[in-house]
Amino acid sequence: MMRSLFLRCLRPLAAPVLAAVMAAAFVLAGLMAAAPAARADAAGDALALFASKSYDDIEKGIADLAASGHPQAIDILSALGDRRLHVAGDAIVFEDAAGTWHDALTGAALDGEPAGAKAVRANNRIRRAVDAALGQLTLMSADAGKRYDAALSVFKSRDQASLPLVRSALETEQDGKVKRALQQALAALTLYGDADETAKLEAIDVIADMGNQDALATLVGVPEPTPAMAEAISSAQDAIESSLAIWSGVQSVYYGISLGSVLLLAAIGLAITFGVMGVINMAHGEMVMIGAYTTFMVQEVIRNSAPFLFDYSLAIALPLAFLVAGAVGVAIERGIIRFLYGRPLETLLATFGLSLVLQQAVRTIFGPTNREVGNPSWMSGAFDLGGLTLTYNRMWIIVFAFVVLAILMVVLRRTAFGLQMRAVTQNRRMAGSMGIRTNWVDSLTFGLGSGVAGIAGVALSQIDNVSPNLGQGYIIDSFMVVVFGGVGNLWGTLVGALTLGITNKLLEPVAGAVLGKIIVLVALVLFIQRKPRGLFPQKGRAVER
Amino acid sequence: MITKRIFGNDRLTLWFLGILFGVLALVAVLNLATTPDSAFHVPTYAVALMGKYLCYAILALSIDLVWGYVGILSLGHGAFFALGGYAMGMYLMRQIGPRGVYGDPILPDFMVFLNWKELPWYWLGFDNFFFAMFMVALVPALLAFVFGYLAFRSRVTGVYLSIITQAMTYALLLAFFRNDMGFGGNNGLTDFKDLLGFNLQTDGMRVTLFVSSGILLAACYLLCRWITLSRFGKVLIAIRDAESRTRFMGYRVEGYKVAAFTLSGIMAGLAGALYVPQVGIINPGEFAPQNSIEAVVWVAVGGRGTLVGAAIGAIVVNLGKTLFTGWLPDLWLFALGGLFVFVTLLMPKGILGTVPQLLEMARNRRAQNAVAEKAPDAPPSADAPKGAGE
Repeated sequence: MMRSLFLRCLRPLAAPVLAAVMAAAFVLAGLMAAAPAARADAAGDALALFASKSYDDIEKGIADLAASGHPQAIDILSALGDRRLHVAGDAIVFEDAAGTWHDALTGAALDGEPAGAKAVRANNRIRRAVDAALGQLTLMSADAGKRYDAALSVFKSRDQASLPLVRSALETEQDGKVKRALQQALAALTLYGDADETAKLEAIDVIADMGNQDALATLVGVPEPTPAMAEAISSAQDAIESSLAIWSGVQSVYYGISLGSVLLLAAIGLAITFGVMGVINMAHGEMVMIGAYTTFMVQEVIRNSAPFLFDYSLAIALPLAFLVAGAVGVAIERGIIRFLYGRPLETLLATFGLSLVLQQAVRTIFGPTNREVGNPSWMSGAFDLGGLTLTYNRMWIIVFAFVVLAILMVVLRRTAFGLQMRAVTQNRRMAGSMGIRTNWVDSLTFGLGSGVAGIAGVALSQIDNVSPNLGQGYIIDSFMVVVFGGVGNLWGTLVGALTLGITNKLLEPVAGAVLGKIIVLVALVLFIQRKPRGLFPQKGRAVER
Repeated sequence: MITKRIFGNDRLTLWFLGILFGVLALVAVLNLATTPDSAFHVPTYAVALMGKYLCYAILALSIDLVWGYVGILSLGHGAFFALGGYAMGMYLMRQIGPRGVYGDPILPDFMVFLNWKELPWYWLGFDNFFFAMFMVALVPALLAFVFGYLAFRSRVTGVYLSIITQAMTYALLLAFFRNDMGFGGNNGLTDFKDLLGFNLQTDGMRVTLFVSSGILLAACYLLCRWITLSRFGKVLIAIRDAESRTRFMGYRVEGYKVAAFTLSGIMAGLAGALYVPQVGIINPGEFAPQNSIEAVVWVAVGGRGTLVGAAIGAIVVNLGKTLFTGWLPDLWLFALGGLFVFVTLLMPKGILGTVPQLLEMARNRRAQNAVAEKAPDAPPSADAPKGAGE
């Protein structure tokens, strides 16, 4: 990641500019008086050290190369870090990220891998040295992100050799974020160097303000603190720890909302079939699974025939998953469930049997192993918010769950179909007398619930393994959500899903994942016994269905 | 009508017990008294397999008692079965003594492996057979009582109850998977050696366990039959058919339900206890919700609310499972799933309700044909006998 950024930023730079920047850096650092010839010699000597078998020599070579101001020092060092730097006879060569071979001393491109090339040895110590050297070299980069990363790496390595460089970089730095990072790096260097107590106390303040795990680690390891420093450190430590605790609480809540939205997606279709129609569909999880496999099929077709559409694969899969799962749902309703209305326990058994058949069918067709469903580019990666790292796929699923909920609300309350559906569930015979085809409404309602489950499958395919058992993992939780929230109430389902999700994630750090889940299940069972009709019970005649 | 039903059932009871004891005796003799190369020899693995079926039949019986007669569809009876099994497993573990892989005189192997220094308190006393047998009944009974008391008191009924029983067994499944629960985690309890000092692997022991399972099945059957025919049983049936009405008539519905549920839990626990030495292992998989639902289907296949049907259903379905998974392993789940759908849609009374009905229909048709042959113009008889299941 870092390296590719690196090269992408560097490639457009003209070599002379780079050389000039390098030269400026090292003039300022006062490490050497730059004269082109001397530089070439220094670089040549440094490179020669890489041929050595001793790690000490290689490490010295890294420091010398960084100091030499060689125009391609960065490329060479990062090549070393990735074991792309080779010794071929007397020459040192490296392979750049694009796969082209270069002579390290001149930078000239070679045709193909030279005979007898052997990778320069690198262990963790060498990699650390490479990182530190790169940190020094890139503090002067033209790219702000690069400089920021470099400042962070100085902060972590606390390599006193970079102190003058950091100082000079601070003087010229314009970007606020980079400047702060540089100040923090400087503070860390001060703290670990031989500055006086006042300077060190100031440095402690600067680092304490960072308030993250790195700051904590830096403060804890300070060598030989004076009593005043020790006091400052311990109070800073307390402050950081409490702020970290708050952030981890926020993080747990976010994960909880994320889990809650997954539960919401899985349970929302059930809220229609179970909540509105009163049909226990144990095959609901398999509708989710069908949706996930539809996504897999769509991606498979796209991979084979139209790879450029890959980023739209989910958008294509959504309506298809709805239709496929919905059609299966209608078929189930017509074929089995309509004969069992008013016999909920029999419905439960029949649909459970169906879920076994569907699972086995998928296992026979697609095989028992996990199928790979890829994330489109806009769903992969993560971003930082305060002390949190949020992944895009989790965030989109939260958004998506709420959108689906909103659409369903509108369908139920604002469309003719929703009106008929509610009429049929409230008073079937009366609705029939008003000319509503109750059979059709039943089928379509069941189809809608199943279709929504299929949509949930598309979303779940992004964060869970797509296997024949996908649905099984969600069925008990989904029923819990619906029963907990109160049957026949979409708001209840929302509240139920979020409550369960957040409680689960808050308990996880305290009790562990499995025990947390057990506690939630037991609490739920007890809750249902106190309020058998859930958080938001239906009132009036509908209760005695 | 009622007397006829009892009479009909009585004949059924005689047939059932007669066949059961006949098979027990026959298998015992054919296994022990014949040589392996004899054509009549019943191999020991088959004895263990049949013993397993009999334990399943007891489990089915316990489900039928609450589902068929009280209308409680428990999807968590596997939990009671497994708890009884674990209690038995703990006794068998203690019987291993110093013969484990690590040779610790007291601690089971998995505890040595986890670096535990002494037995957890809840393992104490399990070296005593009678204490262990007491726990086999007590632990499931306690769980059933507490769970039933809480659920029935707050009038959780129907599918809600089914779902929370399922959550109960699921929670236990997760709990028993944990290593620090002290029940062997994922691997469960296995490598048993002795029961009451007798080697579990001998033919004699296998047959003894098989016969004990049969006797326990007969005892449970008679107990359930006695209960369901008693006054108490009539109240249970009344609760099944009209719970609110029964309550309005002054019966304490919760008390009846808890009693039946607890008794059923104990029966399931005993079944589990006999099951474990015959299959040689107990692990958290027994708690899986799917096992409990499968057990409900045995009852549905045999005929809900008939007791004998539950036992027959358990044996028939499991026999089918053994044969199917041997011949066509991929098709078993299709068959099982199809069975669920088929039975609920087309055979709601199960084998025991449907087969006599079919026989009756066939007899009626023959009778009608006979009548029609004698007097072609006569209308069909109006007072044809009703189906046996009515």
